[in-house]
Amino acid sequence: MIRFSWVQFRVQAAVAAVALAAFAVILAATGPHLFHLYDTSGVATCQARADCVSLASSLVSRIPGFYTTMYFLGTGILFAVPLLIGAFWGAPLITREFETGTVRLAWTQGVTRGRWLTAKLAVVGLGAMATAGLFSLLLTWWAGPLDTATALKENNSITFIRLGFVLFATRDITPIGYAAFAFALGVTAGILIRRTIPAMAVTLAVFAAVQIAWPVWVRAHLITPAQTVVALTAADTANLAQGPGNTVMVNPPSLPRLSGSWILNFRTIEGAGHAFNVATVPACVARNANVGVCQAALGPLHLRDVIAYQPASRFWAFQWYETGIFVALAVALAGFCCWWIQRRRLS
Amino acid sequence: MTAVIETTGLGKQYGRKWALRDCALAIPGGHVVGLVGPNGAGKTTLLHMAVGLVTPTCGTIRVLGEPPAAGPALLERVGFVAQDTPVYPRMSVGGHLRFGAWLNPDWDSGLARRRIEQVGLDPRQRAGSLSGGERAQLALTLALAKRPELLVLDEPVASLDPLARRDFLRALMEAVAEHGLSVVLSSHLVGDLERVCDYLVVLVASRVRLAGEVAALRASHYRLSGPRRDPGTLPASQEIIEESHTDKQSTFLVRTDGPVHDPAWTVTPVGLEDLVLAYMSRADDAAARRPRLGVVS
Repeated sequence: MIRFSWVQFRVQAAVAAVALAAFAVILAATGPHLFHLYDTSGVATCQARADCVSLASSLVSRIPGFYTTMYFLGTGILFAVPLLIGAFWGAPLITREFETGTVRLAWTQGVTRGRWLTAKLAVVGLGAMATAGLFSLLLTWWAGPLDTATALKENNSITFIRLGFVLFATRDITPIGYAAFAFALGVTAGILIRRTIPAMAVTLAVFAAVQIAWPVWVRAHLITPAQTVVALTAADTANLAQGPGNTVMVNPPSLPRLSGSWILNFRTIEGAGHAFNVATVPACVARNANVGVCQAALGPLHLRDVIAYQPASRFWAFQWYETGIFVALAVALAGFCCWWIQRRRLS
Repeated sequence: MTAVIETTGLGKQYGRKWALRDCALAIPGGHVVGLVGPNGAGKTTLLHMAVGLVTPTCGTIRVLGEPPAAGPALLERVGFVAQDTPVYPRMSVGGHLRFGAWLNPDWDSGLARRRIEQVGLDPRQRAGSLSGGERAQLALTLALAKRPELLVLDEPVASLDPLARRDFLRALMEAVAEHGLSVVLSSHLVGDLERVCDYLVVLVASRVRLAGEVAALRASHYRLSGPRRDPGTLPASQEIIEESHTDKQSTFLVRTDGPVHDPAWTVTPVGLEDLVLAYMSRADDAAARRPRLGVVS
């Protein structure tokens, strides 16, 4: 049954192989140049000289626009790969057999339908994980210099750090977990709906919703966030930010030790530990308040920021957690499919 | 010979509609059994339950003495040719033979190759480009090469032209002669069954109306025609299956175990097709039949 599943999967596997090969050729052709630019920019050793932002900015400005396009396109492709796998490999896996009537042929051979489905799930599922893994491997390698430079240049903007909302799901091993989950989701939708097009639509919608909801609401809470307190200097207090309930908070300074960390939230407190309230400082809220006078008045308050964050060092812990969770979800869905198909039969 | 398919109170409900209801039958082994009935009689539902594709809503069904598709061993002992003979359109004929070999431990690859050659199929041809007759032959080969004890065919020739139909049935009969397997074959065309079946089951609206060996059925049914007569005057040993009357003449189709001696009758044998049609059009049960007879007399 494994061999037959492979025979049925061959065409799809060939399409994936061609796409992967094209991706690899483009990245391999441009990668060495990108690495050359990075190696000669000094960004790799900037931490020691504390000039990372300027070096990274100059590196990014020297990178051809074509590479930047490829960078975003590649990241987009890594979001699309699991989505397409779910819709085009997962959903039709069973529905196609229902629609062409070949289940009546397959289910009356000398193999129980549980084994039939298990073999199909194993062969195509592993194919899906391998495909996504290889796409990710290529992009993670190629985008390495740009990931580092952009994160430094953008000053830890949450969009461009590796452990954050966006890039995290498109680098290293997470795409493998997403591909497994999307595939199993597609098969499940197919088994429940039994028609290819609606099953594909449901798979696309549900998986896209997961891709959005997961980073926004779930990812940051997989591990309890770390907390740090940063004393604010007079210069820092120029960076005021609107806090919850019309309060005013002071944006934390960018600290090397927080470089690459995922800042989840922060609050500004006074010397005694109370939340800072700018209304208690007349010099800052007066109609003709002077910035210098205001900053001088803030000095004795000993303002500090309490920052909740996920340190960059937890990147791999998060990678394993997230991959593990989605692979486990995929296995659970596959188990459900095997149970359902034996219970439900054709009618 | 024990029953190859045995059902009691078997029923299948789709939504609020019953596809098959209260079906009780015992199909004996060692025969080529024709399962005949009008469209919608529940033939496909019954056969799908026999090969385990459909689970019954109620009642029991046993195939070769076991619940259908109980495990790989039983799956292997039952061959199935589904209606419209589905195949994988993009896979070659040879690919289908490999498929059969991989999925059936007792696969007879020599038999499969010989049959494909006999039928004149090119192993490299894609199954999607085969004609209906060729596809049916491929499906039959797949079912035969797993060397089943019981071969179930659901309307295998319904969509074939007369020539392909003849070839298919001939191939089926050769296989039966060679391997001695039990066959259950459904059709709504009696003419096809007449040529191949030695046992007949007539299924109308889920109920078995007639079951028996074809030779015995032929020997026990007669058409009697003569001057107009009241059906009540026929001997009790002659069961009336069908009757028609004109002003002067009466024609009866009767079932009887003994010979017909009444010299008033012209006795002619009944063709299988007429016999089946008579049972199909017969009223639902005896209770419903009596008052109608009263009107005639």
